[in-house]
Amino acid sequence: MSLALFIEQILNGLQFGVMLFLMAAGLTLIFGVMGLINLAHGSLFMVGAFACATVAAATGSFWLGLVASLAAAAAAGAVVEILVIRRLYERNHLDQVLATFALILIFSEGTRWVFGSFPLYLDIPALLSGAVRLPGGAQYPVYRLAVIGVGIAVAIGLYLLIGKTRLGMRIRAGESDREMIAALGIDIGTLYTLVFALGAALAGLAGAMVGALQSVQVGMGEPVLILAFVVIVIGGIGSIKGALIGSILVGLTETLGRFLLPHAFALFMPPSDAATIGAALASMLIYIVMALILAFRPSGLFAANA
Amino acid sequence: MSRETIVTAFLVLGLLAAPFVAQAIGEPFYITLATRMAILGLAATGLNIALGLGGLVSFGHAAFFGIGGYAAGILATHAFNGEPLLFGLPGTNQMIVIWLAGAVVAGIIAALIGLISLRTSGVYFIMITLAFAQMIYYFAISWPAYGGEDGLSIYVRNGFPGLNTLAPMSFFLISFALLAAGLVLFALIRDSRFGAALQAGRQNETRLAAVGIAPFRIRLAAFILSAMLTAVAGALFADLNRFVSPSMFSWHMSGELIVLIILGGVGRLAGPLAGAIVYVLFEFALGGITEHWQLFLGLILLAVVLFARGGVMGMFAGRARHG
Amino acid sequence: MKKLLAASILALSAGLAGNAFAEPVKIGMITTLSGGGAGLGIDARDGFMLAVKQSGNKEIEVVTEDDAQKPELAVQIADKMVQSDKVDLMTGIIWSNLAMAVVPAVTAQDIIYLSVNAGPSALAGAGCNANYFNVAYQNDNFHEAMGEAANKDYKKTFILAPNYPAGKDSLTGFKRYYKGELAGEVYTKLGQTDYAAEIAQIRASGADSVFIFLPGGMGIAFTKQYAQSGVGLPLLGPAFSFSQDVLPAIGDAALGVKNTASWSQDLDNEANKAFVAGFKEEYGRLPSVYAAQAYDTANLILAAAAKASVKDKDAFRAALKEADFKSVRGKFSFNTNNHPIQDFYVREVVKDGDTLTNKIIGTAFTDHKDAYAGECKM
Repeated sequence: MSLALFIEQILNGLQFGVMLFLMAAGLTLIFGVMGLINLAHGSLFMVGAFACATVAAATGSFWLGLVASLAAAAAAGAVVEILVIRRLYERNHLDQVLATFALILIFSEGTRWVFGSFPLYLDIPALLSGAVRLPGGAQYPVYRLAVIGVGIAVAIGLYLLIGKTRLGMRIRAGESDREMIAALGIDIGTLYTLVFALGAALAGLAGAMVGALQSVQVGMGEPVLILAFVVIVIGGIGSIKGALIGSILVGLTETLGRFLLPHAFALFMPPSDAATIGAALASMLIYIVMALILAFRPSGLFAANA
Repeated sequence: MSRETIVTAFLVLGLLAAPFVAQAIGEPFYITLATRMAILGLAATGLNIALGLGGLVSFGHAAFFGIGGYAAGILATHAFNGEPLLFGLPGTNQMIVIWLAGAVVAGIIAALIGLISLRTSGVYFIMITLAFAQMIYYFAISWPAYGGEDGLSIYVRNGFPGLNTLAPMSFFLISFALLAAGLVLFALIRDSRFGAALQAGRQNETRLAAVGIAPFRIRLAAFILSAMLTAVAGALFADLNRFVSPSMFSWHMSGELIVLIILGGVGRLAGPLAGAIVYVLFEFALGGITEHWQLFLGLILLAVVLFARGGVMGMFAGRARHG
Repeated sequence: MKKLLAASILALSAGLAGNAFAEPVKIGMITTLSGGGAGLGIDARDGFMLAVKQSGNKEIEVVTEDDAQKPELAVQIADKMVQSDKVDLMTGIIWSNLAMAVVPAVTAQDIIYLSVNAGPSALAGAGCNANYFNVAYQNDNFHEAMGEAANKDYKKTFILAPNYPAGKDSLTGFKRYYKGELAGEVYTKLGQTDYAAEIAQIRASGADSVFIFLPGGMGIAFTKQYAQSGVGLPLLGPAFSFSQDVLPAIGDAALGVKNTASWSQDLDNEANKAFVAGFKEEYGRLPSVYAAQAYDTANLILAAAAKASVKDKDAFRAALKEADFKSVRGKFSFNTNNHPIQDFYVREVVKDGDTLTNKIIGTAFTDHKDAYAGECKM
C-alpha cells in the first residue's frame, strides 16, 4: 500500500467528516439551545438537495442552486418551527421523537408527490471539476477539496458567530439559563426560530453539496441523519466543538475501516472471505466505537450541559 | 370500575371478537390483521415495561424483536433440513421451545447491552441503544449463513400441541393468549414492589437512592424482562409472516414500536395494544386509498402528538393515575 | 359521431372475440410505489398496465398495492390479496428480499406467481416451484453476461458490489464466465453513497477495467464520483445502474458505460417498437428494462388466459409454460425451472439528441440458461 493511497484515504475521511459536521452542527445547536431531538433534520438535508437540483436545472447555474438550497432549507426550517416544533419544547423527548418521525414521513412523501419518483440530476460546477495532483503523487478531485474548505469555513464561522456576536451571546445564554434570557427582554420565540432556521440552512447546504456527488432522491437524508446522531452523541450533545471532533473521528473511522479491515483480514484468510468479513465488520465499526466511547464517557467527549 | 378498566376491557374483548366476526362475514383476511395487532401490541407491551414504567427510552428494541424472529427462523430451518444446530442440538418446530429460546437469547443480549447502556441516560441512552441495534442489523445483513438481507423463509408454520397453527383462527388465538399473558405480566410488574421502585426511579432517582435501592440493578432487570417479552412477539411475528429478515432489526422498526406506545398512551396497561390497533388500521386503510398514504399517516401521527396528548388512552380513559 | 361509435363498437367486439378468455382473470400486483425505490415499481406497474390497455381486454382486473419496499408489508398485502381479494395470479415484486418473503408462501397456497424482476437463486434451484414463473431473469444472468463480454477486451478487472446476497450473487455470476485476473474484489455497505475510498483503491490497483453492481441511488452516486475522480478506466456493469430510470440523474457521467441486459429500447422487432412508442405516448418518458419485463409478463398472462381457464391450474400452468406471446425481447422461452431462456446484449450509454439512452453494441449470450436449473426437481 503506497503512501499516496494512504494520504488520499485520509483526505476522503476528512471530507466525509466535514460533510457530517454540517449536519451535526445544526442538530447539536438545536439540541443545545432548545433541548429538542429533531429526527427530521435529514429531511431538511433532502430539501436542500432538491432545491439545488431544481434551480440548477432551471437556470443552469450550480451556484444559484446553492443559494436556493440555503434559502429553501432555512425557510422550510422556519415554517416547521413555527407550525410544529414550537409546541414541542415543553414536551418530553418521546413526544419530540414521535412528532419529528411524523415529519419525516410528511417530508419524504410530500417531496415525492411534488418531484416525482425518479432521482434528479445535479452535477458539480465546471469551475470545480477535475482532479489535482497532490504532493506524493495522489490525484484528488477538486470538488472534494472544496467541500473540505467549505466545512472548515463553516466551523470558523460558527465559532465566530457564537463567540463574538450579539446573536451568539444570546444563543449561549439560551443554552445555560433560559430564565435569564427572558429577563434580559430578548424575544425567545424569535431566537428559537432563528437558531432552528440556521441549523436547517446548514443541513440544506450539506444536502446541496452532497447532492452533486450522489443521487438526489427521496430518503437520501436518513443514512446521514443516523450518522449525524452518532457524531453528536460521541462529541457530547450541545457542543459544537464536540460535533467537529466527533465528525472527523467518525469520518476517518468509517473511511479507513472500510479500506483497511479487508486488507487486515486478508493476511490470514482467503481474499474473497476477507473482503466480505472485513466489509461486514467495517459497517459495524462506527457503532462499536460509539458504544466504547459511551461506556467510558457516558456523556460523550465534550459534554456541554452535563 | 374505573374508566381505564372499561376501555382496556373493551379493547381486549374487541380484539378477541373481531376475528370471529370476520369469519362469520367471510373475510378471513381480517383475522390476519387482528393477529398482527395482537403481536405488535405484545412487542410494544414488552417495550412499555422499560419505556413506560422505567422511563428507559430504548430506540433499539428492534434488536430483540428481530432476535425472537430469527430464533423462530433458524430453529425451524434446522428442523426442516434435519441438520443439527450447535453442539449437536437439533432444531425444532415447536413454538413453545422457540419462544423460550428466543426469550433466553434476547435476555442475554439485553443484559450485555444494558450493562453498558444503562450507565448513560436521556438522549445518550436513546442513541446508544440505537447503536447496538444498528450493529446487529448490519451483522444480519452481511452474515451469509441464514440468508443475509434476503432473509429466511419458514416453509411450514411452527407447531403448537393440539392445534393446527396453519389455520388463521388458531394462530390468532395463540397470539391473543400470549398478548393477554403479556398484559397480565405488565400489570403484575407495575403493581409489585419491584415496579414501584422502577417507577420511583423514573420520577426521582435521588429519593430512590436515599432509601437504599440501587436504581441500576432495578433498571437492568426491567430492561432484560422487557427485551424477553418483545422477543417472544418477534418469534410470533416471524411465524405470522412465515418469514424473517434483517428489516426486523432496522431502526424504522424500533421507531415503530415507540410510535405504537406513544400513540396508545405511555405507561398505560392497554396503551401499546390501543396503539397497535390504531396504527395497523391506519396503515391498512390508507394503503388501499392512495399511494401517498405515508404522507397522511404522518399528518395523523403529528395531530395525535400536538392535539391528543396521552394518545388513544388519554383521549378515552382520561389522564393516567400516575404522572 | 355515429360512424365513430359504430366503428369503436365493431373494434371492441372484434377485440373481445380475438382475446375472449375462458374465465375473467384477477391479478394482484404488489410493487414499490413509495420511498427511494419507487421509480422501479412505477415503471413496472406502468409497463404492465400498458399491455393490459393495449389488449383492450375488459375481462382482466388488476389490484395494485404499495409494499414501500418492506418485506413484512409485502407479506401482509399478499395475505390480503389471497384471502380477501381472491386473486388468481400475483406479480409485481421488484426486490429479491421481498420476493423471498412472499413467493414461497404464495405458491404453497397454489397461487401462480409471475416475477417481473427479482430472480433469487434460491427460487431457481432446489426451491423452484411449479407455481412460480420468472419472466425477467435469474439474478446472476446480467452479471454472467458482463463477465463473458469482458473477456473480449479486458484482462484485469476490479469488481465491486454491496455486501448482501444479491451483491455476492452478482460477483459470483461475473466470475463464473470471466477468464481474466481480478485486480481487486471489494464489498461495500448496502446503501453507501460515498465511494471515494473505493475509487482510491481502484486507482491504485492497476486494473484495466471496473465492474460494478450498485443498484438505485448507489449506482448514481458511484458513477458521478467515478467520473469526477479522473480515473478514466472503462466502466462495466449490469443494466440496473444504467437503466432508463436512473440515466437522467447520472447525466453525462454515464456516457460510454457498457452494460448488459436482455432488452434495450433499440432492439429491432415489431413488439418492441409498439411497446416503446406506446410507452412514450402514454407516459411521456422512455421505458426502462423493468417496464419491458412487466410488459412481457402482462402479455404472457394475456396469451395464456386466452388458451386456458385460470381456474384450471394445470391447464393454465401449461399455457404459461408455452410462452406463446410476442416478447419485446424477440425470442423467449421457459427452461425446465420456469426461468427464461433468452439472449443477452451488451449495451452502451449514448446521447440521442438531448436524451441519454442505451444502444446495443453486441451480443453476450445466445439462448442463455441459468446455472441453477439442474438443481430444480420439478
